[in-house]
Amino acid sequence: MSAPAEEKSSFVINGKSWSGAVHPLKRLLDTIREDVGLTGTKEGCGEGECGACTVFLDGQVVMSCMVPTCQAEGKQITTIEGLAENGRLHPMQESFAQEGGAQCGICTPGMIMAAVAYARDPGSAEDMREALAGNLCRCTGYIRIFEAVKKAMAK
Amino acid sequence: MKSSIADFAVISPRTLAEALASLRQTPPPVPLAGGTDIMVLLNAGQLEPGVYLNLYSVPELRRPIEVSAGVRDAGTWGAGGADPPGEVRLSALTTYADVRRHAEVRRLLPMLPLAAREIGAVQIQSRATWAGNIANASPAADGVPPLMAYDATVELSSAAGVRQVALSEFYSGYKQTARRPDELITGIRIPVPAPGSIDYFRKVGTRKFQAISKVLLAGLVELGGSREIRKIRLVFASVMPFTYRARKTESVLEGRRLEPGAVSLAVETLRTELKPIDDIRSTARYRLKVACNLLEEFLGTTMGC
Repeated sequence: MSAPAEEKSSFVINGKSWSGAVHPLKRLLDTIREDVGLTGTKEGCGEGECGACTVFLDGQVVMSCMVPTCQAEGKQITTIEGLAENGRLHPMQESFAQEGGAQCGICTPGMIMAAVAYARDPGSAEDMREALAGNLCRCTGYIRIFEAVKKAMAK
Repeated sequence: MKSSIADFAVISPRTLAEALASLRQTPPPVPLAGGTDIMVLLNAGQLEPGVYLNLYSVPELRRPIEVSAGVRDAGTWGAGGADPPGEVRLSALTTYADVRRHAEVRRLLPMLPLAAREIGAVQIQSRATWAGNIANASPAADGVPPLMAYDATVELSSAAGVRQVALSEFYSGYKQTARRPDELITGIRIPVPAPGSIDYFRKVGTRKFQAISKVLLAGLVELGGSREIRKIRLVFASVMPFTYRARKTESVLEGRRLEPGAVSLAVETLRTELKPIDDIRSTARYRLKVACNLLEEFLGTTMGC
């Protein structure tokens, strides 16, 4: 089989239009990190178990390691870099910082994205623990993360 | 990534007709829906090089869930035998999240949201599709057993036309399905069960969340006025090489009154009917024991209803 060329890909990421040449099957995670140059979104497992690569795709919370770039065509993507507004952290980010919801930081961007998705649509899961069940943290033991999410949602 | 991405190509058709025409190529492209299986294989270097058919570019394949008229009117429920049975139709790209959010489906087909909740995390539920779960043909599929217990039908479309295949006839062996390579799953039709039907859904995995099942039973029973079993469906995942409907055990139960003797007879029948698999997640011995326990729990709790 002849090597297929990269194709033009366009989407809106954190409110800004982006287009470039990307292989259609390239993982959205890699496109975001390597082509767009936003490295806040992390790779953990690469198989949908850890949630470190969580982003929003047209408002839906997804694992970007499982999304081929061709399926982001024309869509709106939000990454951790897109949560702050006018230089002010998102309330969920503030809460994680205040409550000590982050230690090594690798899971934090994905954890915060999943937490923001749950705060926006609490009907998407039965409870907070289920909403964050797809985000693994090996440092905190989760209690401070849960406290951070609860406090942010109470505000 | 372990795969060389240059070995892969993607076709993004604009219409269903274009998608079906492309499936007539030799070799036919492989349909790609939410990517939650395919992208993992790609990253692990285990995906077959070739051409993939991006279904997300076809708007006709991503339609809202349809609930047929007749069941909308809750007031006519149970008012007699004259009501139309009613049907729920999922589109090719209906996701688990779509079903969890749909109040009517939650009410009419309660096992579907229970299964949806078991599929990975919410991030996966927003991408993974019911049709993809059917086509992928994993013996451990969580979405397929409740659909099969509800007597769902798979709508298969090709350039030559459309045909309907009962989901319970769809699998013939490990990863062997009735779908021809030129066909696409374009819909899933699920008849609404008779009023008063009792369902049972239990997945046994290693953890509460994010686990692949060791044994799963989706059951549905319709009881008559004198507690006789009019109809029963017993569907197991992760036990046999494909999602398995235990027809022999069903037929032993149908027509019988639901009482302790019937329960022990059913469990004995199931014990000889199942030939469980041994794999990385569990042993055949464990699976047989737990499958029988789940059946006993289903029938036992139903008896108490």
